[in-house]
Amino acid sequence: MSDLLEGFLGTSVEGKKSRVPAKLDYIQSATGLFLGLFMWGHMFFVSTILISKDFMYTITKMFEGSMFLSEPKPWIVSGIVLFVFAVFIVHAMLGMRKLPITFRQYQAYKTHMGMMKHDDTTMWFTQAFTGFAMFFMGSAHLLMMAAQSDKIGPFGSSERMYGDFMWPFYLLLLLAVEFHGGIGLYRLCVKWGWFEGANAKESRKNLKKAKWAVTAFFLALGLLTLAAYVKYGYEYSHGLVDKYKPTAQVEVRFDEKVRA
Amino acid sequence: MSRTITIRAMKYNPQSKLSKAHFAEYKLEETDGMTLFIALTKIRETLDADLSFDFVCRAGICGSCGMMVNGKPALACRTLTKNFPEGVIQLMPMPAFKLIKDLSVDTGNWMNGMSKRVESWIHTNHKPDIAKLEAPMDPKLADETFELDRCIECGICVAACGTKLMRPNFIGAVGINRVARFAMDPHDERTDEDYYELIGDDDGIFGCMSLVACEDNCPKHLPLQSKIAYMRRKLVALRDK
Repeated sequence: MSDLLEGFLGTSVEGKKSRVPAKLDYIQSATGLFLGLFMWGHMFFVSTILISKDFMYTITKMFEGSMFLSEPKPWIVSGIVLFVFAVFIVHAMLGMRKLPITFRQYQAYKTHMGMMKHDDTTMWFTQAFTGFAMFFMGSAHLLMMAAQSDKIGPFGSSERMYGDFMWPFYLLLLLAVEFHGGIGLYRLCVKWGWFEGANAKESRKNLKKAKWAVTAFFLALGLLTLAAYVKYGYEYSHGLVDKYKPTAQVEVRFDEKVRA
Repeated sequence: MSRTITIRAMKYNPQSKLSKAHFAEYKLEETDGMTLFIALTKIRETLDADLSFDFVCRAGICGSCGMMVNGKPALACRTLTKNFPEGVIQLMPMPAFKLIKDLSVDTGNWMNGMSKRVESWIHTNHKPDIAKLEAPMDPKLADETFELDRCIECGICVAACGTKLMRPNFIGAVGINRVARFAMDPHDERTDEDYYELIGDDDGIFGCMSLVACEDNCPKHLPLQSKIAYMRRKLVALRDK
């Protein structure tokens, strides 16, 4: 009954405001922080291909439980993906509240942004735009990974980029993630007063510099990684190299006849 | 050496059915130390008696002459024309406030509403005896608290805020700063729960998207970014009912 009255009135029957907006604000930040940091780790994992196919393979198997299980299980990765997807959905749902939802809101913000030429105001629009794009691109990627976690690896991932012609999709996703995540993590610091120090203006300047440095680093790493997968995918598709097999599992066979 | 500057001012009277929004262009000789306020006064005296704009103190204290100067909100009396090397200055009224005419907007009623909304006065059960000295306050805390009182309610933080432009009911940095001022003041006996009732929603502290244009444009250089974060941390910490 009190839910009915609170929903109707907008305040509790005692006239108190709901604490839900505080929780939502906190959860939006917490899920954003998790996803932002997760994407840093994710980029390091996928970029292991730049070191070697074997290293990338080992990392992939590590996530499939190779350290604990005799036979790695790709469903473990599916489980991790589904957990990240759940966090992603919660974050998207909460972030959506901030987007311009009417033409007038969009028009007012765009005009304001054009007039002000204020960095943080413009960055927010980029964040909103890339966030919207990720509703679709992020979901598509996460679903693919959850359903086909067994195909993650030096061969499968390269095939996906080149053979399945997914690299344009991943190029756009990379740009969206790096801009959205970078700006988002910076904004979290500003929003909650992290690293503020004695001079908030000065520390924000430094935070912004760090933000751009981090974005540039991960974009460069991401582009190189994408290029590496495309290159390997091209080589596999055109039969230039054999399908990947971990070096540790390559059978060394001695052909008696040849030896003789 | 003096130069001729061009001022393009938006003209529009929303009260008149005949009025159509447009930019009027005025050319005038720049003088030493000329502020936008001086330029506008000269325009009104010599070129266009119909041009409306607000001012009172001419010294950055009253907060009346806020307007959009080349797209950014600023006080006309504190803006020197020499800071615009191209010599063309476009003036528009501040958004987010009710437009009265041309460059004149009604910040007063909005600020009054904001003050009432955040109950911008000391709440105490203690009956002050004006014949006695007020209870002493830690000097550092007093400095920090009264620093926030330097707000002149010019409305620049409101006009600079993209959130406010999208969501007209948003309280703006000026309102949150006001709450922070009383939350810091030991004379005020209100609790964080009480402050939550004032700004604990999406029209208040949780609506702020941390665009920090308020902080970057405040003519009094108030620590708005820090105080908004301070109130957010305080009120989120209350999240359990």
